[in-house]
Amino acid sequence: MNNYRPDNQQQVEIFRRMALLKASDERCRKLITTGRLIMPYYSYRGQEVIPSAMSVNLTDDDYLCTIYRGIHDMLAKGLPLKDLYAEIAGRVDGACKGKGGPMHLTYPAKGLMVTTGIVGSSMPIANGLAWGSQLRNDGRVAVATFGDAASNIGAFHESLNLASVWKLPVIFLCQNNLWGEHTAYSKATSCERIADRAQAYGMLGLHVDGNDPYEMYAAARQAVERARAGEGPTLIEAITYRFHGHVFGDADKYMDQEVKKAAIANDPYPRYRAKLIADGVATEAELAAIEAGFEAQIDEAVEFALSSPAPEAAELTRDVYGELA
Amino acid sequence: MSEVTSQTAPAQPMPKVTILQALNQAMADAMQEDPNVLVLGEDVADPEEGGVVGATKGLSTRFGEHRVRSTPISEQAIVGAAIGASLIGFKPVAEIMLMNFTTVAMDMIVNHAAKLRFMSGGQTNVPIVIRTMTGSGMGTGGQHADYLEAWFAHTAGMKVVAPANAADAYGLLRSAIDDPDPVLLIENMPSYWTASEAAPAGHRVRIGEARIAAAGADVTIVSYSRMANECLAAVQPLLDVGISAEVIDLRSIQPWDQEAVCASVAKTGRLLVVHEAVTPFGVGAEIAAVISERLFGKLKAPVARLGAPFAPVPFAKSLETAFAPSADKIAAAAASLVKGTR
Repeated sequence: MNNYRPDNQQQVEIFRRMALLKASDERCRKLITTGRLIMPYYSYRGQEVIPSAMSVNLTDDDYLCTIYRGIHDMLAKGLPLKDLYAEIAGRVDGACKGKGGPMHLTYPAKGLMVTTGIVGSSMPIANGLAWGSQLRNDGRVAVATFGDAASNIGAFHESLNLASVWKLPVIFLCQNNLWGEHTAYSKATSCERIADRAQAYGMLGLHVDGNDPYEMYAAARQAVERARAGEGPTLIEAITYRFHGHVFGDADKYMDQEVKKAAIANDPYPRYRAKLIADGVATEAELAAIEAGFEAQIDEAVEFALSSPAPEAAELTRDVYGELA
Repeated sequence: MSEVTSQTAPAQPMPKVTILQALNQAMADAMQEDPNVLVLGEDVADPEEGGVVGATKGLSTRFGEHRVRSTPISEQAIVGAAIGASLIGFKPVAEIMLMNFTTVAMDMIVNHAAKLRFMSGGQTNVPIVIRTMTGSGMGTGGQHADYLEAWFAHTAGMKVVAPANAADAYGLLRSAIDDPDPVLLIENMPSYWTASEAAPAGHRVRIGEARIAAAGADVTIVSYSRMANECLAAVQPLLDVGISAEVIDLRSIQPWDQEAVCASVAKTGRLLVVHEAVTPFGVGAEIAAVISERLFGKLKAPVARLGAPFAPVPFAKSLETAFAPSADKIAAAAASLVKGTR
């Protein structure tokens, strides 16, 4: 591993994004349980470090393709809260006019090109975005995020092989939360470390603690710098843990409850928060102000979303095809 | 309608070229005009001989291997790369060597290429072309020759075109590259080397516009791809028994030219739909349904369909020859529609 370390400002910025992600996840679950929002929801609680430490190394011009458990990836890279909440409420003011929903969030202004509901499918498309960057030589990087289970689907193999052969500026970011839907990692994946699979593609593979903002930052920065320098793709395996079941509302009885309890007790969010204060990087008051600020922004976004109109029936057949230029 | 195209046709007869040459020319012209046009697929660059049939021969030498890229045998990766590049302004032409190989890229085509425009609320679009060849007649058996157009025509967001001659191959491929949405272009393998009049440079065939390939009064025969030519070959045998057949080459399957077909059937009162794909749940079923809905009172006979039997494409020459409709079978089917309903 390298010696990259986030400076104080970046450390606070990583926390800021984690705070946004955590607050939004908690709000979404509350809105669902109180019946104010009706949607399939895939909680990412526990995984906030990964996109926060990744995205501080990216700009709005860089591309991201994520998956159905990907609202954290979208928010960390800049999806505005109002666009998110109106979309997941299925309203016209949503990012996708309410036609995509939580599994298909898109916001090109921030490089958020695809959210797919199909396991593994973020990767082949990210390659195409990276190919475009390579052709234009514009220094942009494409990131494909996916879960551990997606490393077992054919798209993973095809994508990593092609990216390596073409030396594409792409980062394959595997968020290994140890669960593929209801099936444990060890029961579905043949290797101890997904990062080891990189070797088979002649690619750099990094295995990091995805709940450690410093390790995750260092890996992300190295991968981004490699991509921008034309050194090709990187596979990052970031180990984390999913605090909830596969889809919100499932009873998660298949998860070992003791392991889960221990993981939640070791929640990376309060740990990092305490560390920033202990290290003198930020004060309790500063971090509390960040958190309170997001609560207020989310209040406003929810209000905005729920007062936005539902799409009219004519939208059913709009955007199926475009018009010839 | 066909008039628009015929008006743009030149007064001087054009030289004859094969469909393969026409496709190659269309890609070359598009790449010359627009630096965003890219070509990717298995073996497409010149070190790999410009594809297994040479459809892309010369393009990488002329435009560079950065724009004309041979890929691994990875159909998901090919279509995925095309989709990604198209999201940021490129116009990739992806070659999926054989139509049966689209099955291993179905997720990319159906779940992504076709739907990203809608699911993003119109924020993104996927202007890609997928060229793919197929067709029985070359002894390739059950996994290299299927016509699967109905699957794609059934997918909202996809367009599907299938030329029968060189000029339409050129014009449809140019229009497909211009198009802001994913277009599947079906090429018939056995007729790649058949020569016909070339299209003038820059020619476009509007997607959704059929061609009246032969005018007639007694029965309308609708088809596309190589079968359109088989239908044309049935015209004279039908005339010999006193039946005047109007042949419509759809050229475009999704969308298809309902107005052209309706106008013809309103005149003839009889419709036969011919395709090489198996008959059940095929394109013929959709056309039959629409024509029955729109022209029920004007039909002199039930709409008829002629396709392949509901079976995989066979290997043995005797079986393969019997598999796809032929001019003889088309003439017989058309004659039986007319017989007793005059």
